Amino acid sequence: MVKKKPPEELSYEEAFQELEALVARLESGELPLEEALGLFERGQALAARCNQLLEEAELKLKQLTIETDEGEHAA
Amino acid sequence: MAQFSLFDYQPVVWSVSDLNRHIRVLLESEPEIQDLWVAGEVSNLSRPASGHLYFTLKDPRASLRCVMWRSDVARQRHIPAEGQAVEVHGRIGLYEAGGLYQLYADLIRPAGEGALYQAFVRLKARLEAEGLFEAERKRPLPAWPRRIGVVTSPTGAALQDVLNVLRRRFPLAEVILAPTPVQGEEAPAGIVAALETLNRQVRPDLILLVRGGGSIEDLWAFNDERVARAVAASQAPVVTGVGHEVDFTIADFAADVRAPTPSAAAELATPDVATITASLRQLRSRLARALGEQVLDRRMALEGVVASLRVASPRARISDGRQRLDALTRRAAASVKHGLALRREALNRLTQTLQAVGPPAVLARGYALVTRQADGTLVRSVAQVSTGDRIRVRLHDGSFGAQVKPPADDG
Repeated sequence: MVKKKPPEELSYEEAFQELEALVARLESGELPLEEALGLFERGQALAARCNQLLEEAELKLKQLTIETDEGEHAA
Repeated sequence: MAQFSLFDYQPVVWSVSDLNRHIRVLLESEPEIQDLWVAGEVSNLSRPASGHLYFTLKDPRASLRCVMWRSDVARQRHIPAEGQAVEVHGRIGLYEAGGLYQLYADLIRPAGEGALYQAFVRLKARLEAEGLFEAERKRPLPAWPRRIGVVTSPTGAALQDVLNVLRRRFPLAEVILAPTPVQGEEAPAGIVAALETLNRQVRPDLILLVRGGGSIEDLWAFNDERVARAVAASQAPVVTGVGHEVDFTIADFAADVRAPTPSAAAELATPDVATITASLRQLRSRLARALGEQVLDRRMALEGVVASLRVASPRARISDGRQRLDALTRRAAASVKHGLALRREALNRLTQTLQAVGPPAVLARGYALVTRQADGTLVRSVAQVSTGDRIRVRLHDGSFGAQVKPPADDG
């Protein structure tokens, strides 16, 4: 299996998508128990990461400087 | 050609009602005047308690009676003042009771807007013909816009509306504001530059192009051809939210998605964090349940195997053997015990026999033991004694002495 990124390096979207795929895999059954346990642990970590991101989320705001063709700056 | 005398000719005589109705029908069946704009100056404006609006439109040579019903009045953004130059939309009809033809108005706007509107219609038609508004050009919005570019005035209410919605719905996003004036002569170039800079420097997942409500002139930058083309050319999908629900601009048509207001644009562009949280919660419980089922399946399989193992276990045979050993031991003990009893019985029998044949028992039956008094030897034969010998006779209950007499003396 490809070495997975640690959850704390994932964006919410990445973590959520991986979690979704993982749960679907786990639900399909037919996995060696050790692998199922591994998936479960990874899933727990991913879910925790998502939760953490949601709780800590604070809208970030940045402002660009716009150069118009005439060389003026807008705003 | 037929000739009619005055008396032959029977003229049709109309009632006033019939005539007015006839004329009304004539007017109303004339499409050109059933959907028209009329320009003029407002006079004799009155708005009685009924809420309907009555006024006369005038130009230097003529006048036209106008009425607008209360329900239409309520929808107007612009209620004209006496003497104002306006353009009025409506249909021509006849007020039969008064024999009065008039304009039934449904829309009033200040004069001059018409020219702008014409320009709007022409530009829209041209860009539409070019294919700029084609449905196939519209791109789907990303489900998770992590970087959201916002093109608007940094001081406008629209920016605050957008930020408020984003904070509430999707605080995971990063907002990059590309500030620009959104009204006035500088606005179109500013908007174009903001869109281009965003696409080039930030590559956002989508762009919100927004502005709060205003007059048609205020919103005019969004009807600028350059803006429309910049919107269509944007690499990131563009959501417009310009003015109010009723305002449609060329930029709206060129955008991938048109929202009625800035807030609505922010809502359309983002998933709701409440939905996200709910789906995360659902995933977590599915995760736990899936593992639980895996474990349960295995536990059941394990229990099955353990049961079979128990059946096949040597322990069963061991305990069998132990049981058999027990039984044997018991049998051995029993048989030993039995043997002893037999022996004891035999011994008893022998003892009894012994006693039965022993001297006391014999003596008791009437026999006697005879010993020689001289040496105590047991007399077993008559040859052992001679006449005159002293003997001792022993019976079962005692003994006495006697003397041997000759055998002839019997009797």
